[in-house]
Amino acid sequence: MTDTIANRAAKATPQRVARQIKGLSDRAIAWIFVAPTIFLLLAINIFPLIWTIQLSFTNYRANRLTREPEFIGLRNYERILTDSDIWLNMQATAHFLFWTITLQVLIGFALAWLIHRNFRGSNFWTTVIVLPMMLSPAVVGNFWKFLYQPQIGLFNYIVTFFTGGDPSRFEMLGSVQLAPWSIVIVDTWMWTPFVMLICLAGLRSIPDYIYEAAEIDRASKLRQFFTITVPMVLPFLMLAVLFRGIENFKMFDLVVQLTGGGPGSTTELTSINLKREAFEKWRTGYASAYAIILFVTVFGLASIYVKALNKVKER
Amino acid sequence: MKRFNAAAIGAALTCSVSVPTLASAEDLTLCWAAWDPANALVELSKEFEAQSGHTMNFEFIPWPNFADRMLNELNSGGKLCDLLIGDSQWIGGGAENGHYVKLNDFFDAEGISMDDFAPATVYAYSTWPKGTPNYYALPAMGDANGWFYRADWFADPDIQAAYKEATGQDLREPQSQKELLQIAQFFQGREIDGKTVYGASIFTERGSEGITMGVTSALYPWGFKYENTPGSYDMDGAVNSPEAVEALEFYKEFYETATPPGYTNSYMGESLDAFKSGQVAMAMNWFAFFPGLYADPATGGDKIDFFVNPPQNQAGSTLGGQGISVVAYSDKQDAALEYIKWFANPDVQAKWWELGGYSAHNSVLNDPGFVDSAPFAGDFLEAMGAVQDFWQEPAYAELLLAMQKRIHDYVVADQGTAQEALDKLIEDWTETFEDEGKL
Repeated sequence: MTDTIANRAAKATPQRVARQIKGLSDRAIAWIFVAPTIFLLLAINIFPLIWTIQLSFTNYRANRLTREPEFIGLRNYERILTDSDIWLNMQATAHFLFWTITLQVLIGFALAWLIHRNFRGSNFWTTVIVLPMMLSPAVVGNFWKFLYQPQIGLFNYIVTFFTGGDPSRFEMLGSVQLAPWSIVIVDTWMWTPFVMLICLAGLRSIPDYIYEAAEIDRASKLRQFFTITVPMVLPFLMLAVLFRGIENFKMFDLVVQLTGGGPGSTTELTSINLKREAFEKWRTGYASAYAIILFVTVFGLASIYVKALNKVKER
Repeated sequence: MKRFNAAAIGAALTCSVSVPTLASAEDLTLCWAAWDPANALVELSKEFEAQSGHTMNFEFIPWPNFADRMLNELNSGGKLCDLLIGDSQWIGGGAENGHYVKLNDFFDAEGISMDDFAPATVYAYSTWPKGTPNYYALPAMGDANGWFYRADWFADPDIQAAYKEATGQDLREPQSQKELLQIAQFFQGREIDGKTVYGASIFTERGSEGITMGVTSALYPWGFKYENTPGSYDMDGAVNSPEAVEALEFYKEFYETATPPGYTNSYMGESLDAFKSGQVAMAMNWFAFFPGLYADPATGGDKIDFFVNPPQNQAGSTLGGQGISVVAYSDKQDAALEYIKWFANPDVQAKWWELGGYSAHNSVLNDPGFVDSAPFAGDFLEAMGAVQDFWQEPAYAELLLAMQKRIHDYVVADQGTAQEALDKLIEDWTETFEDEGKL
């Protein structure tokens, strides 16, 4: 009999323990090992989810412990889905998601393409470029608030240096037209390096011999880009889009620091609105329904997207 | 050995005397907002520590997070705070949700009379339901929204002449809201000492309570009421009255024509910064900050003066300030009540005012020397005579956030009309009161 790991483990097992587990099937032993994890998963993820679903059909308020929650059926869902203000929050979130992801993918891919050239000092520039994503969103929000300050901020100064005029003639955070773009700019500044790193990993995973074969076939650089580079980096790019999409759907800290959801409700993303409903207004039942709607939306979109991603990978 | 025994007996006697004191000494935690008066309270409380043997700890939360942090603490039955100086609007929730200890029996037993405190402060900070003799707090810090201005600029003959030429009137402390706006517009964009300055800094903050506290400083002087009949929750015609619409339009005009650029989300801190950096001629803020402003070496002293929120159709100031309550979840309620008893003492109240806190005790306010004791003392008294507060209902946070949204949407984001903003506000508030079972 060869001395396998299993045999060595069996020999090392104390007799008392060996006697105790004798008679247990492999499946039972496997369950014993897996049970704590499953229990934690149920306690931390599944139970709160079920409880949230249950609360979403009530008028429960977590700050009124003395008041019995009443079952109100689909009233919370009806209120949310017919509330024009919530649809405005959804629009603000969609605007933020679309533009941040578009800009981050375009700029991130372009930067990765440049860094992949391996020019002199490329490692140094890689380090410089990834610095923003290492900062805390609260810190980033705060210092961009100063940069956007119309009287003393660097952003207005630079813009008017090129365009002329008084720096305080426009307000990035105070204008209804500009505020949605101000949060897009900051998020893009902060998270483009993340997309760049993923794209860089994709670019570096393409074997050189494919390009060499294309060169032999006299394929132009443009053709190489669209027929080799883009298809082979696409799964990485789609993964980056998935990560950024989920993250930005939950965006809270950065925007709260920058605009607090204002001016008015122009930059009040769904996560900010949800927090206000749940922990400032204490409409727990209503906020639970809101959270379930958002969860279903993200989960549904992410599932469709992952299927598409798998298809791309299979190609 | 004999000597040892004597020493042991002596030590035992010393212990027997001191042990009861040590056993009853508690570590008390008082929670409040982090601002100038809190520092004064730390100083004041040293006397309590010396007298009682208790140790005072303080948990001061920055204003923007104060309500969030403290209401979460209360709602979760937290034991962080034994004493809480909570905002006046929390009194309804504090009483109805059982967060605050009812103090009537304690006041009766200790001879503390609410008649010894300014009636407006007792009504606003202590009673629930409003105006009934059910007390959940002792008035701790009287406060209202007031104004301060650059007295040196107002006294400058060139500026006075320019104002006279522009308006045909003398430059003086404004006697009405419209005069206030006129003066602010005069200063807007003016060059003073080679620097562009602006009219005034007003509250526009979106996240917590800022713009509501600012806009009510215009609404109240125009005669704004929350209900047609107090206690009826009948808001149509009161909240959206023609006077309320006019006042809201006034505030928007003020924001658009007489405030510095970039002040789209400003509250107490931004108001102080704008004034101290010499950007504005006038600024609104709570009286609580006035001692610190007066003491400021750059813009205080002779360079600053103060005025009460100007009237329009009537006198009216937005109420600030807080009462001190014993938290019902505290295990040290006896020691906390001892603090309240000590704090209610007229001598302690006098010292409180001296250190920079705004006492609401009649012995302090009615003292003949009070009006001259500080350059803003007379204005404070005048303001407290015409204060009005926001809803103090248990659902106050929901009511406040609705107003923050509707007002900010209209004033700062320029969406819709004043009439629409107030109509929508009534819809929001009606929904809240329906949920509460009050409508």
